[in-house]
Amino acid sequence: MSRDIAILGVGMHPWGKWGRSFIDYGVVAARAALRDAGVDWRDVQFVSGAATIRNGYPGQVAGATFAQALGWQGAQVNTSYAACASGSQALAAARSKILSGECELALVIGSDTTPKGFLAPAKGERPDDPDWVRFRLGITNPTYFALYARRRMAIYGDTIEDFALVKAKNSEHGFENPNARYRKRFTAAEVAASPMVANPLRLMDVCATSDGAAALIVSSLDYARRAGRADAPKVAAISTVTPTFASAMIEMPDIATDSAVAAEAHSFRAALPAKAYEDAGIGPEDVSLAEVYDLSTALELDWVEDLRLCARGEAAALLRSGATRVGGRIPVNPSGGLACFGEAVPAQALAQVCELTWQLRGQAAARQVSGAKVGITANQGLFGHGSTVIVKR
Amino acid sequence: MSGKTERPFLEGWFAQDATGAHLVGTRCTSCGTFYFPRQARFCRNPACQGEQFEDVPLSRRGRLWSYTNASYQPPEPFIASDPFVPFAIAAVELEREKMIVLGPVAQSVDVDALRVGMPMELVIETLSETPTERHLSWKWKPAA
Repeated sequence: MSRDIAILGVGMHPWGKWGRSFIDYGVVAARAALRDAGVDWRDVQFVSGAATIRNGYPGQVAGATFAQALGWQGAQVNTSYAACASGSQALAAARSKILSGECELALVIGSDTTPKGFLAPAKGERPDDPDWVRFRLGITNPTYFALYARRRMAIYGDTIEDFALVKAKNSEHGFENPNARYRKRFTAAEVAASPMVANPLRLMDVCATSDGAAALIVSSLDYARRAGRADAPKVAAISTVTPTFASAMIEMPDIATDSAVAAEAHSFRAALPAKAYEDAGIGPEDVSLAEVYDLSTALELDWVEDLRLCARGEAAALLRSGATRVGGRIPVNPSGGLACFGEAVPAQALAQVCELTWQLRGQAAARQVSGAKVGITANQGLFGHGSTVIVKR
Repeated sequence: MSGKTERPFLEGWFAQDATGAHLVGTRCTSCGTFYFPRQARFCRNPACQGEQFEDVPLSRRGRLWSYTNASYQPPEPFIASDPFVPFAIAAVELEREKMIVLGPVAQSVDVDALRVGMPMELVIETLSETPTERHLSWKWKPAA
């Protein structure tokens, strides 16, 4: 039995700083996805909302909030919170419902209105919370991205020019993407001239936080066939595995790795796509394009290796060769990535799937990857959450 | 300035004895896994059911795994000096414990003085000050 589900419709609210409620953006994205799918909202049987803590106060639990805003119609409802992987977890909930036969048609939706500046922890003196401890020490999210970047420079010989090239590439990709927040072609010289945030990363190496929303209409393959949409792109795998003890990398929000004296150290980032490849029964050689979480420019290079699109330590060479540009052998972040979007936490993993869907349908206009058959996403956030989704024709 | 009360910003996370400053961790008596911050209830090694822990001073020296700095003032609960002074941050690999521990770098050390792989040692230094208090923390510093 196939474990695939069909993606009938996708929709987004453009990323930006719009200063409105996350509910507004979510409804815009949901209605766009419904129109794209040719589906009436009243036929949706399951609403799966991706949440973030900022939206989690009483009365605004994501799934029910969007269901109410679209008009209560008695669908089953779910809300998923898994930091940056919230959208994938919400999609996984819909996939399970569909594959178990409990429903045929589902809306998956994530939306965010972000605060200005650094993402910061809740108030109060809370030394039992690792997030509080690290911010008390002055360790922000870019600290971690910069530690990884400096490590690449020391171990693989990557340069700050390589990191700037990632930004230049992604800004070229996102330039004509109507949903991107930053639509400007940046040169490596402009990146190098931007203020230092966390040495060696500069402001233009680090992604911003944005408002935005993304939504999917997904269905059983049987429903898709009946709707005349047998050729719709399909979700072939969703991986949301936890890390395996002991952690090899220092991860947000921790101030130390696990001790690896009694167990081998494992890479979390590499484990996420490994499980997805296994479930989909495909390998990196089958992948046409990837949407990865470039929280920093350097982190895109880590992901390229974690996805096994090249050998460990060779991502910068792959980048320099032009292979990861649209038109190259294996385009990475054809949407423009977080470099052009900024991060809208509960929407971001779904935005990645929207991009894969447009690419696999051949609807990505100037950023189209020709002949795209298989796309893969990767993201990782706080507290051992991360995800990879594989979409195929 | 004298007259300020000095206290660790976190009680019991680090200490100083005759041999120098060290972090206070724990070790599972069943499988030997080290913990920092200290863990005294359940071992997190999935192959271990350990619930007994002993306090251990962690290695006060290690090698620099990676480093960066805070060029912008971090948000609260960080307590910044006025004006804010950028500071370096180190990730140091402890050989015996097979773990990497983060910490700010001592005030006198600029980020440009750091190199991946260099030996580092733990020191205790002021993290932040209020009009009445001085808060101490562990920091990393290139080994003498």
